[in-house]
Amino acid sequence: MAYSDKVRGTYQEILTGMKDAGLLKVERYIHSAQAADIVVEFPAGAALKKVINICANNYLGLSSHPEVVKAAHAGLDSHGYGMSSVRFICGTQDIHRQLEKMVTEFLGTEDTILFPSCMDANAGVFEAVLTKDDVMISDRLVHASIIDGIRLCSAMHDTYKHSDMAHLEEKLQLHHDKRLKMVITDGVFSMDGDTAKLDQMADLCEKYDALLFCDDSHASGFIGKTGRGTHEKCGVMGRMDIITTTFGKGLGGASGGCVSGRKELVEMCRQKARPYLFSNTIAPPVVAGVIKVLEILSATTERRDKLEKNTLFWRKGLLEMGLVIKEGDTPIVPVMLFNAKLAQDVSRDLYEEGIYAIGFFFPVVPQSQARIRTQISAGHEIHHLEKALDAFRKVGKKYKILGKSKQEIIEMYGM
Amino acid sequence: MEDMQEIIKTYVINEYVEDDSEVTYDTPLISGGIVDSFSMVSLKRFLENKYKISIPDDKATPEAFDSVNKICTLVNEYLK
Repeated sequence: MAYSDKVRGTYQEILTGMKDAGLLKVERYIHSAQAADIVVEFPAGAALKKVINICANNYLGLSSHPEVVKAAHAGLDSHGYGMSSVRFICGTQDIHRQLEKMVTEFLGTEDTILFPSCMDANAGVFEAVLTKDDVMISDRLVHASIIDGIRLCSAMHDTYKHSDMAHLEEKLQLHHDKRLKMVITDGVFSMDGDTAKLDQMADLCEKYDALLFCDDSHASGFIGKTGRGTHEKCGVMGRMDIITTTFGKGLGGASGGCVSGRKELVEMCRQKARPYLFSNTIAPPVVAGVIKVLEILSATTERRDKLEKNTLFWRKGLLEMGLVIKEGDTPIVPVMLFNAKLAQDVSRDLYEEGIYAIGFFFPVVPQSQARIRTQISAGHEIHHLEKALDAFRKVGKKYKILGKSKQEIIEMYGM
Repeated sequence: MEDMQEIIKTYVINEYVEDDSEVTYDTPLISGGIVDSFSMVSLKRFLENKYKISIPDDKATPEAFDSVNKICTLVNEYLK
């Protein structure tokens, strides 16, 4: 047996170290469908508890929407459960191509290719379209999946300070001699909820003949007047070269992702992107569900409008009670607590009050930037948000952080 | 040499330090977590452009880039 006591001990020691450092991730078992109200078992074996969920990526409340569920059922009946194949062998159905065309139209691009996830899209896209003669210039706060994709690509990599356009321009000048330059950013940054300056970035990319890449996973479906994403909000639809996004958040919440953009770049992915070539096609019921999601979102902006109103209500409520939040206008609203233990304590106490929200701390966010990341949904009603605000007020009073500045909270609890 | 030390130190501070941490000519940059392996690329390119030299990839190691003084030594080697 190769798995000796010594080998087992090595891993046990690592895991114990993670537990002692408070870095062990523990899953919470949810006994209901994803929604504003969920039923949770936590810790494992505890009595089930009905709580309000304010930490899901279910921005548009479509994860369990009856029409989406019905469409997925119909897709299951008409196109089966799985395809037992990658796309290019025998895994492409009519609905896969239909979805690609719908995404292209929705995002205002030239073409689209589906991936099993946006993680896979980001892992495969750079290697497919760039070579060692090129350079990737990325924002320093891009998502982990982009960093993994960059690591897999032979092109040179450089970074610019978060959303610092002067620094980005310096880097475009520094790398002027490269065959191709690609500027890489998230549309909405997942930890802070702020938005990329795509309008300024598009201008810089035109000036320096660089490609512009944006991962819009935390924006597709609800950012911009008609929910097309960050490029709509910034007025640069049609000027994006590559958009990657997920169907696992606002667009239904199941799984799957895509690369959408210039047709030649999409075709390069179809020929060369390894997660596309070597991983299964998206399951038919999921494809059918996402098609319904796009039909709903193309017919009316009702859901993104409701999300916008909910977000304004939530941000105003938190600010009025005196909590420190990251400024912005997206439904990602981090409540800043700065100290890791305080973030965990507040999360636990909120759960006691019937509110499910998770504390984030180093290494997920920088040291002394611990927080509760709240995420608002069109599935929330005002009574959900009022109850959650009441819980924050009660817990905030307990820890004496209401009305306190960043400095005062750090003085009370440390960094 | 002194001028080069100051130029490189100023570049490192402007490029990589986002708080008020002090950087001296001997502060460990890579092993100290100030410059990550991704960012070494821009540092190498900056040195090559600034001093009109070409540093082979196999010489641009984390050890050779680990302080302002070590970087100066490396640059001087290719200025000759």
